[in-house]
Amino acid sequence: MNRMRAQGWAFWAGIVLALLLMLIPLPATIQPLKPYWPALVLIYWSLEATDRVNIGLAFCIGLAADLLNGALLGDQALRLAVLVFIALRFGSRLRFFPMCQQALAVWLLLLNNHVLQALIRAFAGDPPMPALSWLAPAVGAVIWPFVFLLFDDVNTRVRGKGAKAA
Amino acid sequence: MALQKESTPIFSDATAGTLRLIAYLALAAILMVLDHRNGWLHRARYASAAAIVPIYKIAAAPADWIHDARTAFAQRRQLIGENRQLREALLLAEARLNRMDAVTHQNERLKQLLDTQQLLGMHAQLARLIDVQLGPTRDRVMLNVGAHEGVHVGQVVIDSHGVMGQIIETLPHASVAMLVVDPEHAVPVMLARTGLRGIAHGTGNADQLVVPDLPLSSDVKPGDQWVTSGLGGRFPAGFPVGTVTRLKHGPSGMFLEALLKPAAELERSGEVLLLREQPDPVGPPAPAPEVGPPDSLAPTAVAQPDLRKDRPHPALRARRFAPPPPPAGEGDERAARVGGGNPASSSGRAGTGALQ
Repeated sequence: MNRMRAQGWAFWAGIVLALLLMLIPLPATIQPLKPYWPALVLIYWSLEATDRVNIGLAFCIGLAADLLNGALLGDQALRLAVLVFIALRFGSRLRFFPMCQQALAVWLLLLNNHVLQALIRAFAGDPPMPALSWLAPAVGAVIWPFVFLLFDDVNTRVRGKGAKAA
Repeated sequence: MALQKESTPIFSDATAGTLRLIAYLALAAILMVLDHRNGWLHRARYASAAAIVPIYKIAAAPADWIHDARTAFAQRRQLIGENRQLREALLLAEARLNRMDAVTHQNERLKQLLDTQQLLGMHAQLARLIDVQLGPTRDRVMLNVGAHEGVHVGQVVIDSHGVMGQIIETLPHASVAMLVVDPEHAVPVMLARTGLRGIAHGTGNADQLVVPDLPLSSDVKPGDQWVTSGLGGRFPAGFPVGTVTRLKHGPSGMFLEALLKPAAELERSGEVLLLREQPDPVGPPAPAPEVGPPDSLAPTAVAQPDLRKDRPHPALRARRFAPPPPPAGEGDERAARVGGGNPASSSGRAGTGALQ
């Protein structure tokens, strides 16, 4: 019970951090390369704690992100729901991949996410995204091992502490 | 066998998952369409502004810290240099202001003479940028004043160098401005040198605007400055928008496109001005008051047929063509010079003669 609650705190802290990172501006030249942080966090949790993440939760987090981002309500909700759906479906296999293959899978997930974003923008009549932004999924894949290790570390610590307390 | 046993529950799970995904996708699609049509997002953002704006403040904090740290650790010499530069800039600005004062006074006198009292009472409100990224591109900025401070949609945002954009959304204590470089943004502009009019569109590129559809023969060169023309009534006239960096042929080859560098420092501005009062919409000027002596003075015999033919009153015609009232002494000489060899003015002179 305690362990679950501690893990919940870690989960929500990660989500809030990801949303803040999404809002924080970077220098203009590397701005388009910014990885999509909420997706990385959600992928981690759908690999590690399948019972914590589900499509509905991803949808709600996406709505919150839309509300913050102010672009189009439902855009990120749709993309995160698709992402979590795929990640949950293949999560049990992905978890045992070596890190480089996992990063490749993350790249594919993020690329799919990016294609969806481009499609939604095209349907909404928004101007296309800068060409450089197509590299953002690759940046996300490169960062993935570090994100994974960081979260894994936090996760094991939290779980260990929770177990001791229980 | 073992595989089959396990696969059955997984399969049913998967079907349920797929159904749920489809349901959520449909929900998201409905939300997107409704938002696109009715602007739900703005209303939701307005309602939840109390929760959202602090998050923006938190997200903007790291950038502020970096800025503060940079200021704190900046070299003394660098600061002195910067100080000197700013002082020079201030002096220059003051000198320019003084000159502008004189020009403004002169302008006011001329305007009073022309009886066009279209002086804009412009009040500006200072606002700070909240440094967060909205949407996937950097074409929108968030300001720290909102509806409670009197900001409303459509207000023009400028910095000390030129037009930055306009307010597109207000929250109670924050507002969102669309920059001039946003691809959805357009400003009516005028070439400061020749008065050529155009419309400056954003390109999505942070240091480029484009004025398309200029005639091939138009007199535009790199370095020319475009200012707001005031047409359309949203942007007051005369604010710098950008300088031409390059000219190229449009996609059809029949028109020129001028590429501009925005005058405002979009990447660097920390403080901006919101123009308070919008100028009156520009329309055709008021009809000129009728000039000339009253009808009663005109000889009735001449006046009647002319009125029937819908022609200007002969007295008016006379006044229009007549030379200015001559000063005593050289009057005849001047009238002769002006009217020499010109049938219209000779008839005018005849008219004046008739009048007197």
